[in-house]
Amino acid sequence: MNNLFRLALAAVVIAALSACATPTRDAEDAERAAEREAAAEQARAEREAAEARGLGRDRDFDAAALDDPESPLAERLVYFEFDRDEVKSEYMPMLEAHAAYLSQNSGARLRLEGHTDERGTREYNLALGERRAQSVRRVLNLNGASDDQLEVISYGEEMPVAFQQNEEAWAKNRRVELVYESRR
Amino acid sequence: MQRMIHTMLLGLALLWSAQAQAVLEVTVTEGVTGAIPVAVAPFTWDGDGRPGEDVDQILAANLTRSGLFDVERDGLPQAPSGPADFLAQPWAEAGLEYLVVGSMRPDGDNVMVEFHVFDVLAEERLGGWRIPVPADMLRRGAHRVSDIVYEQITGDPGAFSARIAFVSVERRNDSREFRLEVADSDGANPRTLFRSEDPIMSPDWSPDGRELVYVSFENRRSEVFRQNVETGERNRIASFTGINSAPAWSPDGRQLALSLSRDGSPNIYVMDLASGDLRQLTRSSAIETEPVWSPDGDTIYFTSDRAGAPQIYAQPASGGNARRLTFESGYAAAATISPDGRSLVYVHGGDGGFQLARLDLDDRRVTRLTDGRDAESPSFAPNGSMILYAMTDGGRGVLGSVSRDGQVHQRLAAREGEVREPAWSPLN
Repeated sequence: MNNLFRLALAAVVIAALSACATPTRDAEDAERAAEREAAAEQARAEREAAEARGLGRDRDFDAAALDDPESPLAERLVYFEFDRDEVKSEYMPMLEAHAAYLSQNSGARLRLEGHTDERGTREYNLALGERRAQSVRRVLNLNGASDDQLEVISYGEEMPVAFQQNEEAWAKNRRVELVYESRR
Repeated sequence: MQRMIHTMLLGLALLWSAQAQAVLEVTVTEGVTGAIPVAVAPFTWDGDGRPGEDVDQILAANLTRSGLFDVERDGLPQAPSGPADFLAQPWAEAGLEYLVVGSMRPDGDNVMVEFHVFDVLAEERLGGWRIPVPADMLRRGAHRVSDIVYEQITGDPGAFSARIAFVSVERRNDSREFRLEVADSDGANPRTLFRSEDPIMSPDWSPDGRELVYVSFENRRSEVFRQNVETGERNRIASFTGINSAPAWSPDGRQLALSLSRDGSPNIYVMDLASGDLRQLTRSSAIETEPVWSPDGDTIYFTSDRAGAPQIYAQPASGGNARRLTFESGYAAAATISPDGRSLVYVHGGDGGFQLARLDLDDRRVTRLTDGRDAESPSFAPNGSMILYAMTDGGRGVLGSVSRDGQVHQRLAAREGEVREPAWSPLN
């Protein structure tokens, strides 16, 4: 799927380059230019066919939506309050979109990685990170994702993304990351 | 390594043994405020150059770190050249109660360390020792000397030749390197047992000091591993669904308490190490973790947030009901127990951050031990004299030690990167 997409993209780039290079400076070249034009026309036609095939397959495995920065699926982080594991309501639309995606794509697999800030003990935080990931899993379950699509793991406080010791950094570290397994 | 230590112990020659029994009994009582003034005179060196380690310097630092001694090094009266020359008066006038003098000389591949401990007030020598120490093990020899001096003066065994395990972290460009290390009790002489790009957590020693259990994320999830310190042999022993964490070796060495979330939420389990069989100790939907055994093996202390916030509970290791022990904190976790089984030191949390507190189990008295904002992972010394813990300094993870009365605070030798999760080995 990705390969087809890349092929199409490469073809567009090549077409753009050859358009720029079309020679018009010499009458002798007119014939050759016409030949090129014909070849380009044929390539365009083939490209369109290729794109049509690609879009056809995309319809039942909407990988493009996952890569679309405008899609709610592009959001993959859920943040939490200190020592809490409830999913805040602001994350519901985004999680509902992921659940819908998972229910429409039974082959998709999502890993939920729970994290905490550094405050409190490491072992307790390991458990707290798991609880957060489980909270997210429950929301996804309720909205149509199946259990075997979801894997919960916890890193506790061991994998911070912000290293300062202040509330701003801690807030960034109290999170569940949604990680899609390599897509096929 | 183990064998070398035994060799050293066998080589320990007690001189003038008749007098060595005249040990002044000093009981270390709770809340001791007056540190014992001890003079440690520079050890003489009868050889070329300098000895590989400053044995007297290591001895002085060890005694100071215990919090029981006020060690004098400067402006001392003339040290006696031998046991017969000892005159108590100048030392007594200098306000000193004990005196340690020593000498070292090359002896083949060894360094012969000879030292004497004097009781100034009783005007007598408590004992003299001569220890042949392999030249490349002088630092461990200095810790042995420290143990002997500590025991002569306090009547309690020293713990300086015990070792500590800890986790170190070094940030590289894009990744981090985690190492499980074992070092001397003062943080010197660190050696790496396991290295990984993924986090390592929760080391705990076997009661014989020969093995460690710990948590590693090398397979992208928390799993418990067991590793032989001497041979490096390593096995994965807990890899159930969910988290596998907080392993704690039972005092008899046959079982492991640990926290597993295999049934959905983390509970305390006891694993039989020979068979791998599991017995579930707690059954709650709360977070139940950080088990620790009482020294007699009858009780397991652990952290649970079943009351809404983490608190410390006690439960018979054979089963039965859990009893809540902490009521003074909004957050109480990660208990370590004193070797006499009578005190717990744990992480107390509140608006002011996280400190260490000591709970005396007999009278339920709570004493705060540290003032910082981020103490964690306390570990009692095997003689109960002090507690090692992790803290941060300028955003960097370092190890601190605090005497059990909370009076003496020290930081362990500065190192590159961060260090955390100290675990003090048993005395061997």
